[in-house]
Amino acid sequence: MNPISNALRPVGQAWDSVMARYSRQPVVVKVLILFVIALFFYALPLLRPPLITTNEIDFGGVMFQVAAFALVALGLNIVIGYAGLLDLGYVGFYATGAYTTGVLTSQHGSWPFFLALPVAIAVTMVTGVILGAPTLRVRGDYLAIVTLGFGEIIRICVKNIEWLGASAGIKDIPHPNTIGPKATPPFDPGGLFEIPRVEWDGLIPHLDKDHPVYFLVFGATNAIPYYWLILTALLLVLLGDRLVKNSRVGRAWEATREDEDAAELMGVPTFKFKLMAFALGAAIGGLSGSFYASGQGGYISPDSFPLLLSMLFVAAVIVGGSGNRWGAIAGGALVAYLPERFREFADYRLLFFGVALTVLAVWRPEGLLPPRRTRRAKAAAAEIEALEEGELDEELEETRNV
Amino acid sequence: MDFGNLFGSPENFLSYTMGGLVFGAIYALIALGYTMVYGVLQLINFAHSEVFMYGTFAVAWVFILLHGTGSATWDLGEAVPVLLVALLAACALSAGVALLIERVAYRPLLNKNAPKLIALISAIGASFALAEAMGLRDRFAEVFRLDDNLADYVAPGKARDVFTNPVTIREHDLFTIGGYSLSDIDLVIIVSALLMMVALDQFVRRTRFGRGIRAVAQDPESAALMGVNPTRVVQVTFVIGGLMAGVAATLYMMKVGVTRQNAGFILGVKAFTAAVMGGIGNLRGALLGGLILGVMENWGSAVFGQSWKDVVAFVLLVLILLVRPSGLLGEALGKARA
Repeated sequence: MNPISNALRPVGQAWDSVMARYSRQPVVVKVLILFVIALFFYALPLLRPPLITTNEIDFGGVMFQVAAFALVALGLNIVIGYAGLLDLGYVGFYATGAYTTGVLTSQHGSWPFFLALPVAIAVTMVTGVILGAPTLRVRGDYLAIVTLGFGEIIRICVKNIEWLGASAGIKDIPHPNTIGPKATPPFDPGGLFEIPRVEWDGLIPHLDKDHPVYFLVFGATNAIPYYWLILTALLLVLLGDRLVKNSRVGRAWEATREDEDAAELMGVPTFKFKLMAFALGAAIGGLSGSFYASGQGGYISPDSFPLLLSMLFVAAVIVGGSGNRWGAIAGGALVAYLPERFREFADYRLLFFGVALTVLAVWRPEGLLPPRRTRRAKAAAAEIEALEEGELDEELEETRNV
Repeated sequence: MDFGNLFGSPENFLSYTMGGLVFGAIYALIALGYTMVYGVLQLINFAHSEVFMYGTFAVAWVFILLHGTGSATWDLGEAVPVLLVALLAACALSAGVALLIERVAYRPLLNKNAPKLIALISAIGASFALAEAMGLRDRFAEVFRLDDNLADYVAPGKARDVFTNPVTIREHDLFTIGGYSLSDIDLVIIVSALLMMVALDQFVRRTRFGRGIRAVAQDPESAALMGVNPTRVVQVTFVIGGLMAGVAATLYMMKVGVTRQNAGFILGVKAFTAAVMGGIGNLRGALLGGLILGVMENWGSAVFGQSWKDVVAFVLLVLILLVRPSGLLGEALGKARA
């Protein structure tokens, strides 16, 4: 273990120096850099870089899933990372968002997607408050099992209620509205314009004009527009997350997480803030679920929301680095991406995934990208230790000299 | 809602209750594994469900080894010798798997003094890996070129399907009360689960090692200073959990007779629920929680229908935690008096 960590240390140092240089830049340059990075991620499914691209399965679809997981992880990060509430039933909120969308647009109505989306978010948020109000009085690991129970209750209820499609699920959920001319098969694919994609021949890229993306057609044939949509949502949530984290609310969460009693004594209404974190996290889960429901497949069923998915969400947040929004996104992306990338191993991929999860956890207990606070605390602790040892040595020297 | 089904006749009521007690006893035995580990480490051992699952396979394998694959129906008396061998095998395999989990997923993190949540993730990873490894056992046999010799045990091509114990154990009615007949298997399950509970409870309360376990649960550092080896205590705790899961697996296979690579998951969740309900870290609480959960979910399924069984279980848990936020007997392992 140690040789690997040592070998990776220069990489970490290089990364730190890059980040330090970044933070010294003026705001305009910072925004520009972020813009370029965002653009790169928008273009990723078109660029199809070798090694990263999945061969066995449509890369656009995989990227959609990766973005959906990242969005969920970002929401769960508020609950687990910021407020310190272990939620093992987060899939319940994901399902609530998906089902609200499904019911409004297909099962019992024909609302357009963009009208159903805010309703789905609101419904999920209310669900979060309803579930959170009684349960958040329970602390620590008890909360984990209670939320797990709620996740399972939601799934079983959906499975047994005929009005929600029972175990058959909801079919034919309409896609979001196409921007630009509608597709009129078989000749006119619709959309405002087409964007070609890149095909790689070994390491030599060339344009592939036979498989263009029509901007912006939400159809059954191409997953990339859905990816763009959810990526946009992800960026917006990221912005909101940053604002909330740096506000009074964010500090209240941090205080509650570190020591609930002390926070309460300092005048933080901890219950209120915990409930707020729970509801906000739920809303983001609902948002992601809503996108999932009206995604390329347009089909949801109770089996799409197993308890195992909750575990995966939690794993994503913690493996990435609970409390750091970039860590959560990285973790979510990793958890969604790895099993798809290694589809060649077909049957073995879940086995490898489990092993990878354990290895990652043991190797980096603070997560891949721990929050800056943790790193600072660690560095400070190491410094104090070194100081103490140094002083002790000096004292020993002195005694010897005397 | 159909209360008539449950309360209509004493026969129905008794049979639902006893059915619940049988599964409750199995939940309670598995719950002990969660509760012991939680009591000592304050960590949820999520991989414990796989410990149980491996035990169920050990039971089926022993039956195949000693009897063959032809299906047969035995009386309980006939099956006892084989069952005892199966019990030993299940306990050994379960304890081994539990030790492996401790070594791979927990000890490195405990040594590093890692945050609590990450141990949950490493355990979830281990749980995935163990369940998948069982589902892929036919492939592993192929890799080692043992598929011909082990075909009966690995079920080539069907390793992910249900795996059936070739021997069905026939239930005999012992006596009848109010139209309900108690079967010998049910009696054996409930009695042996209770016996294991009492034995473990006494072990923790009265023996030297039990005192060590309680000491580490109370304060690991002071315990270490007083000469208790915390690593060893943690190991023993995992082994005890494994042994209890092995017993539970044998009883489960007696009653149900089929298993599969994901059989542990839902039972594990239920057992964990039972442990929390009774007060996690509390051995007697695990028993009480298991029995209450088993009975209540059976009553619930009688009233609301089979498909609402799990909902009843979880709603009950939420209600109990709202009234008693640290479980029914909420008391830590360390506080158990000798």
